[in-house]
Amino acid sequence: MSKKGTDILIEALLEQGVEVIFGIPGGAVIPLFDRLYDAPLRMILVRHEQGAGHMADGYARASGRVGVCLTTSGPGATNLVTALATAYMDSVPVVAITGQVRTDLIGNDAFQEADITGITRPVTKHNYLVRDVRELARTVKEAFHIAATGSPGPVLIDLPTDVQAGEVTGKVDKEMKLPGYKPVLKGHAGQIKRAAEAINKAERPVIYAGGGVIISGAARELAQLARKASVPVTTTLMGLGCFPEDDPLALRMLGMHGTVYANYAVTECDLLIAIGARFDDRVTGKLDAFAPHARIVHIDVSPVSIGKSVPADIPVVGDARQVLAELVELVEPSDRKEWLVQIAEWKERHPLAYDRASDLVKPQYVVEQIHEVTDGRAIIATDVGQNQMWAAQYYTYREPRSFLSSGGLGTMGYGLPAAIGAQFACPDRTVFLVAGDGSLQMNIQELATAVVNKLPIKIALLDNGYLGMVRQWQELFFNRRYSSTYLRDGNPNFVKVAEAYGAVGICVERRDGVRPALEAAMKVKDRPALIDFRVDPEENVFPMVPAGQAIDRMLSGMA
Amino acid sequence: MTVRNSSATAGETRKHIVSALVENKAGVLARVAGLFSARGFNIDSLAVGETEDPAFSRMTIVVAGDEATLEQVRKQLQKLINVVKVQDFSGTPAVERDLALVRVNAPPAKRGPILELVQIFRARIVDVGASDMIVEIVGSEDKVQALLDLLAPHGILEVARTGRVAMARSQRE
Repeated sequence: MSKKGTDILIEALLEQGVEVIFGIPGGAVIPLFDRLYDAPLRMILVRHEQGAGHMADGYARASGRVGVCLTTSGPGATNLVTALATAYMDSVPVVAITGQVRTDLIGNDAFQEADITGITRPVTKHNYLVRDVRELARTVKEAFHIAATGSPGPVLIDLPTDVQAGEVTGKVDKEMKLPGYKPVLKGHAGQIKRAAEAINKAERPVIYAGGGVIISGAARELAQLARKASVPVTTTLMGLGCFPEDDPLALRMLGMHGTVYANYAVTECDLLIAIGARFDDRVTGKLDAFAPHARIVHIDVSPVSIGKSVPADIPVVGDARQVLAELVELVEPSDRKEWLVQIAEWKERHPLAYDRASDLVKPQYVVEQIHEVTDGRAIIATDVGQNQMWAAQYYTYREPRSFLSSGGLGTMGYGLPAAIGAQFACPDRTVFLVAGDGSLQMNIQELATAVVNKLPIKIALLDNGYLGMVRQWQELFFNRRYSSTYLRDGNPNFVKVAEAYGAVGICVERRDGVRPALEAAMKVKDRPALIDFRVDPEENVFPMVPAGQAIDRMLSGMA
Repeated sequence: MTVRNSSATAGETRKHIVSALVENKAGVLARVAGLFSARGFNIDSLAVGETEDPAFSRMTIVVAGDEATLEQVRKQLQKLINVVKVQDFSGTPAVERDLALVRVNAPPAKRGPILELVQIFRARIVDVGASDMIVEIVGSEDKVQALLDLLAPHGILEVARTGRVAMARSQRE
């Protein structure tokens, strides 16, 4: 009996448990889409390939499963590049399948040909050009394994049309052959012991937890460690939700737009325990003033992250959950009274603040109200810029996988497709997108995908008529010369845009309209609801550490 | 108080010989080369060949850089899916060899001194033409360079070098 390449692919995807694929057909994948027409998985037609990539990403971040997207060759494939780079920077497991021209035409500048394995090499964890249909089953299996394990990431499989149509007779070989791929999951016992001793000896320790804690499913072990040893926890943007922000030990986010108390705690600590975090420049600010008094324990599954920007005194290579489970056993209970009193005082003196008395719609107020109407249980997707920072600061995250945002690459236009992907992954959850008017317009066409699939996502558009974060920098550091950041005159009527697509549109111009609009949006169950919040156009994100400065030198808008 | 360098590129620059055992597959060389070029490193030499098992190749890469940055590159190399093992031979005893083919100007009347040099260096003449000849030299980089320097006054017309290949010395006990 013989099997076609398209059959082998679909069998392999089903074997991996794939339920949803996001994509758009094109010349090089028509036979594959024909096979998908009656295959037992959902093929979601999107409106731009970048959207497909971000949907797969949002699906993966919300669920922990591998997200899958599928496009044609050439422009279909190149349109995926930003989405792959986004997933790569934030270690998100995505498998992208692209059509390719016939193997004998590769390199000939054939119609809709692009060297997509060459183009995506620096932005994927690995990629494959399948030249022989007998390699296909193995390749798919390897791709999912690589995407999901170790430090996860996107993997691309490029499939020429003749490989899709090729036939294999007999048994299909699908044993993985990855002699060079052996992620280290179990931490070195001696190093874990040293880390525990350092924690037991420390007077002012701080845990700095990143996205790796969420990826490895280590939230429970993290909470055990923090509570047993009374260690305060600050998280990165990617780590939001890995430790409940309403816990007394929570310091919320650190870094450029982190809380004053998180940045003070890191600056004053004598031991910094970095877990699944990579000392990104938006976190550390000026490197030699970052945690200047601290010894550093760095736990990460990727040896590459350790010692990259800050040398670790005690490096531990391993999976966060496994390492933390062992570490919890070795640390001694402690109340660290003096340190926690100091932190409580900083929290009391420097809370997050904005002008609560204003009649204008303050974006921070909108985010706080979203928290209230969703009881803090929503999945929040964001775009990039001021909207992203306000969403990070003013919602109180308590669960892993409840905050989806492009952290490393900072991709505007990420939010809407990511929210759609998340709603497919978690149909029973409330998915709220906090967007900006600049970002939303970068993938606004995906409203169609949300409407057609009756997804009840909520879109809180923090519409200030500017590319707000750049405008903020221009205001603070470039003498208010608002070069190419003013959007208002060209902005569409977003309510009408929403309605034109078949979604609900609401406009809010006054503070007292915020809550009723959110409650109205919560009642919509069969389509997206977009609320155009006309927010204070010159509101800024504070605190703010100017780029390259020490993180305890924060600008505050309320001083 | 701990003092940290604000830049990972601080430190002393020196030559490193990195040996990578890789899968013998299309695109692997591009992945390895891409790691170096993405960080602005110039590769001094790179030699690739099949190993005793045709499923694997060995790449010997000579590159200059400071310790911290090279450490990152080694880890990045190790992270590549097709790279099985990475070794850095700097600081460990290793046998290193470079091969060069040198076309040197050699009209019949002037061949004597060249032949003498070839003999001293235990090099070989591998081709002879009407007015030039090709010399083959194998050895450490220094030895090859020394011969090139001495041949230079005769007029070197063309040089092709393999770049260094290296292997750790065997255990003596």
